[in-house]
Order: sequence, then C-alpha cells, then structure tokens
Amino acid sequence: MLEIGQKGPDFTLPGVDGAEHSLADLLARHQAVVVIFSCNHCPYVRAWGDRMMAIQRDYAERGVALVAINPNDAVKYPEDDFESMKKRAAERGFNFLYLRDESQEVARAYGATHTPHVFLLDSTGTLRYRGAIDDNYSDPDAVEFSYLRDALDAVLAGRDPERTVTDAVGCTVKWK
Amino acid sequence: MKIQFLYWTECPSHPEAWQRLQRALADVGVQAEIERIEITTDEEAERWKFPGSPTILVDGRDIDPAGAGMPSRLTCRLYHLENGRPSPVPSETMIRRALEAAADSA
Repeated sequence: MLEIGQKGPDFTLPGVDGAEHSLADLLARHQAVVVIFSCNHCPYVRAWGDRMMAIQRDYAERGVALVAINPNDAVKYPEDDFESMKKRAAERGFNFLYLRDESQEVARAYGATHTPHVFLLDSTGTLRYRGAIDDNYSDPDAVEFSYLRDALDAVLAGRDPERTVTDAVGCTVKWK
Repeated sequence: MKIQFLYWTECPSHPEAWQRLQRALADVGVQAEIERIEITTDEEAERWKFPGSPTILVDGRDIDPAGAGMPSRLTCRLYHLENGRPSPVPSETMIRRALEAAADSA
C-alpha cells in the first residue's frame, strides 16, 4: 500500500465525461488531488456520496481536485460497469471526476483495499493522508472528526496533517 | 418468532446491525429464537437468496422487502433510512416494524 511520503503512481484513465484524465495533468493544475477509490454499488460510498460532492464544492476554489476511481469487477457487480457509472454520475450530478480502472492496475498500485478509500496527494504528488473521509458514515451531523477536510486544510496551509492514516471503512474492492 | 441474521464478515456493517436488532427486540419485548448464519461463498449466497450483508429475516420474511429481490451475492447491502439517506445498516425503526408486524400476525 502507498505509504505517507511516497509519490502517488501516475495513471491515465477514462472518465464518465468522455475524456482521459492523468494524475500528472491534475497535479500540474491543482494544489492537491484527492484520489478516492469508489464505486456505484457500495452502500458506504453512497452514504458518503453527498459529502464527497460537498468537499469538492468547498475546496475547488482552493485548488483541490477530487477524483473518484472505480476499480471493481463489473462482471460480478454489473452496476459498477462504465455505462452504469456514467448513468449514476449524471443522476447524482457528480461535481468530481469519476474514472474507470478496468484493469484494476491503479487500485493495485495504490494498495486500495476498500471503497471508499482516500489518498490525499499534495501538489508534488506526495501522499499526505490515507484512509476514511470522516469518522461517521451513517450520520453527517454526528461527525466528530472530518479526517479528509482536516488533512486538506493542513496541506493547503503548508502543514503536516494531524492524522495521516485512518482505517478505510467500506466495502472491499471487488477484485477480478 | 424466528429470526435469521445472515452476514458476510468482509462487510463491516453486521456488528452494528446486530446491536440494532438486539435493541429493537428489547423495545418490542418479544421472545425470539435467533439464528446467526455466516455466508462465505457465492454458492451459499445463492442458496440463501442473500442480497448482501446484513440480511435479517423474521419468520422467513425480509425486514426490507424492497431490497430482497437484489441479485444474490457477497456484498454489503444497501438500505434506505426513513429520511431517504442510503445506509449499509437497516435502521432500528425498520427492524422494529418488522418485529411488530410478525408479532401481530402470530
């Protein structure tokens, strides 16, 4: 698994917007890139979905790009195929990039184990935080620790995040 | 009353669901025989018509009939709470209503 201080492996993946997106290009244009391994079918992802959009909305002007990457096996989980991703992104009005990792190579390169699984990279592509979005999947009003927001605030201010690693909570990545 | 609690250990939602089931049982105040059934393979998921973890059957009826028809497989199950929010765990209210309905029809 990618460790704090290591560089995030580059990738180029197709997005639901019809374009190819590379990490190198995203890093060149942003102060931080939040890579979240994600999917359509997992209820944990769905429970955190509105918060993912809120984070992209709240941090966009500060130069943050949130990128969701779906690596799941779409044979056993057909609602995770690329067409279903496009449909869900349109229905929900995703304001972040949603990319397909069909080969699962990117998920393996990062060591993603769950959906959602967050990897926060700073402007140099260095991993600064890894784990969960916050500490309460079920109730956004009961969140005590907003891990990702806190880490973003720290990184954008040039500081080290107080918490650099938390446990990813969610569905396991559905490997082929 | 017979309750079957089906779960898959790779999905982390079952301990919370188990606690909610216990609280709902205490609230409703019914005596129930509870069977915990661990689902470990696709074949078992198919045999039990297991749409995801956790699944709770009360006298053979799924507490969330709307989700019971999903494909059988090893995954976390999607529930929708009373406020419309998606959740990997059924609400205590959902469980309690299923228990009350079973008690009424007994």
